[in-house]
Amino acid sequence: MSKIFVAGIGAVSPAGWNVAALRQALDKGEPLPTQPLMRPGWEKPLSARLVPNPAVRPEFLAHPRLRRASPITHYTASAALEAIASLRANPAAKNFRLGIVVCLQSGCVQYSCRFYDETLKNPATASPLVFPETVYAAPTSHVAALLENVVLAYSIVGDPSAFLQGVALGAQWLEEQRVEACLVIGAEETNWITADALHHLDRSAIIAAGAGALCLCRDEKFSTGVELSAITDAHTFSARLDRPQAAQAMRGQLGKIFPGELLCDGQGNSPRTDAAERAAWKDWTGPRLSPKRILGEGLMAAAAWQCVVACDVMAEKKFASASVSLVGSNQQAIGARFVRADFDISHLSAAVPTGNIRP
Amino acid sequence: MLFPLTPLPDTPPRVVITGAGIVTALGLGWKLNAAGFRVGRRAFRPVELFDVSRQRAKIAAQVDLPKTLPPSHLSQRQLGRLDRAGKMLVLAAQEAWQQAGWEAADNLPLVLGTTAGGMTLGEAYYRQALRQPARQRQQATRAIYYQPPVQARLVFDALGFSGPITIISNACASGGNALGHAWDLIRTGQAERVVAGGYDALGEMVFSGFDSLQALSPTVCRPFDAARDGLALGEGAAVVNLETLESARRRGAEILGELIGYGTSIDGHHLTQPHPQGSTTLSVMKQACATAGVTPGEIDYLNAHGTGTALNDSSEALAISEWAGQRAATLPVSSTKASIGHLLGGAGAVEAVVCLMALREQWLPPEIEFETPDPACKFPIVHQPQDARVNVVLSNSFGFGGVNATLIFRRWA
Repeated sequence: MSKIFVAGIGAVSPAGWNVAALRQALDKGEPLPTQPLMRPGWEKPLSARLVPNPAVRPEFLAHPRLRRASPITHYTASAALEAIASLRANPAAKNFRLGIVVCLQSGCVQYSCRFYDETLKNPATASPLVFPETVYAAPTSHVAALLENVVLAYSIVGDPSAFLQGVALGAQWLEEQRVEACLVIGAEETNWITADALHHLDRSAIIAAGAGALCLCRDEKFSTGVELSAITDAHTFSARLDRPQAAQAMRGQLGKIFPGELLCDGQGNSPRTDAAERAAWKDWTGPRLSPKRILGEGLMAAAAWQCVVACDVMAEKKFASASVSLVGSNQQAIGARFVRADFDISHLSAAVPTGNIRP
Repeated sequence: MLFPLTPLPDTPPRVVITGAGIVTALGLGWKLNAAGFRVGRRAFRPVELFDVSRQRAKIAAQVDLPKTLPPSHLSQRQLGRLDRAGKMLVLAAQEAWQQAGWEAADNLPLVLGTTAGGMTLGEAYYRQALRQPARQRQQATRAIYYQPPVQARLVFDALGFSGPITIISNACASGGNALGHAWDLIRTGQAERVVAGGYDALGEMVFSGFDSLQALSPTVCRPFDAARDGLALGEGAAVVNLETLESARRRGAEILGELIGYGTSIDGHHLTQPHPQGSTTLSVMKQACATAGVTPGEIDYLNAHGTGTALNDSSEALAISEWAGQRAATLPVSSTKASIGHLLGGAGAVEAVVCLMALREQWLPPEIEFETPDPACKFPIVHQPQDARVNVVLSNSFGFGGVNATLIFRRWA
């Protein structure tokens, strides 16, 4: 049985176009400002946390495949490139076969709405350039073309908890030696229709967009010092297992928590939506980080941010282990634990930052 | 636990199929579909589900759904929330489940491929939000039920089982990848039994999309014909129950066929066009043969992706010709999209069931409108109904975005 390590992390979020911006926003601990999002037929806009324009146009956007791509592809590509940067810079990893798993919930909503709108107006003039960008697999395809050495690629659709299924799939491909490294990316873009839909389901939530990426590898020498320790079963919601019970089952499988462990949970500011997860972790007395409270409801991207943040605090040696709790909206609950590969207990909680990490 | 992974078995178990369900425009269930595919019946008709008056193409292989679904554990409320795609999925799953005779369990993986899930609900949401923004009725329900995992959970509820859900959306390779992923789960010891399939319903947006690309045939869909002028869309679903040979034998189950090989990779050439030489297709077929331990010479029939577009068919033909080598001259090939259209996320799963039919009933599905082969075809296209000795078959599926999947099945005798 191989160990699986994290070789790099990447993020695009309402805080900016890299992990440093995400870290800074979470350290500050204040919810990011919202932007108005107009929806047809309404005078009052909805609120959203959108990804700001990058300070400098990313070089990768010059790639021919990305010229017409939608924002979700830009986010996916940026997070992927950041996560794989150190591996690509290492000559020993030059010939690595790469896998990518892109996880999505809403997917390519901007071009889907645009194309469907054109169809309703006059299908004879609907743009053939837009339609291909509407499929769930478009970001995966573009990023595979950008990275060039991708030999395996899946696009997984699900609620946000499916991000950890993507991580497990990447681990499986590594274990089977079908690839030497695997990028697992969670990404979303947003527009008025996703904000509108979320408003129907959870009025307290603020829609957000972005992406998060983990680059997994088998060889410790390429790692950031973070190791994947466990992913629970997928506790699927069913007639016999409701959402709170699934959350409890996930919590139970993660078992005893290490002293000083960080919990990266998926709580936002929605009492009803958060209730199941809150109940599952009611015994938790350790430090806790809730990225959604700062960044918003980024759906699959938010799940990826949780994992990115968990890995980041360990790479920064702020914690020796971190649990990630994903209680999805309509599919399942899954949890994971990442640990520092060296697991030096002397570093535990020595540098718990203030801000959003709540003891 | 999903991780640490279950240790890989020393010898991967053999994977057999003990249940198969299918819904296409040829009909509901194995019998009607087998009868149709056996003679190459074409199931196209004018689209009635939405307005196509301003589209180039006007026909598709539209499924006649029953007014009421067969009895299941679904409540009236749940039934009322199923869209076309969900209904076809549940129908196919019911048939497969009954045929397999499985007992319900709480940890039975379900792997599905789809490109659009409940897109028709998404379309309805959009239209209402745009045209009647103040009207909220049904919008929350649509926002939930258009999502593929929710449709998958309805399969659970209908049949009384539960387990982890994986939705693969590798465009038109999704169904093939779903079966391949299920095969992986069993071979790597992560599951003993898996339900897998693919589904997609006709929808206005997707129809318009292919029409805008001028990919739809305004005449007749004729895969690999030199005069081909595009694909035809269809809709449908197929679900299969896969299990280890040991499990099937333990239960004394009837075995429909064995899944012996799977290959998948990605072609980074273009978002919508395959590499002109079919290089990834070639490597994926080789990969599937390697895992199956068979050579092209042992393949008795090849169910091609064969969409009927100029680019797909020439690329696939070159790849098949190179992969098959000398065998190409006698290798029977056909695309069943000539009968039922392109089912997108459902295609790979439906075509897998067609392969099982060919293996079980010893015939080859013809393309009856086929006339003149494309020059790239070094292989014969099955264009007349024919009985044949069929022991091993290969099925190709390719998708927008470049994911290719190949499955290889063996007759169970």
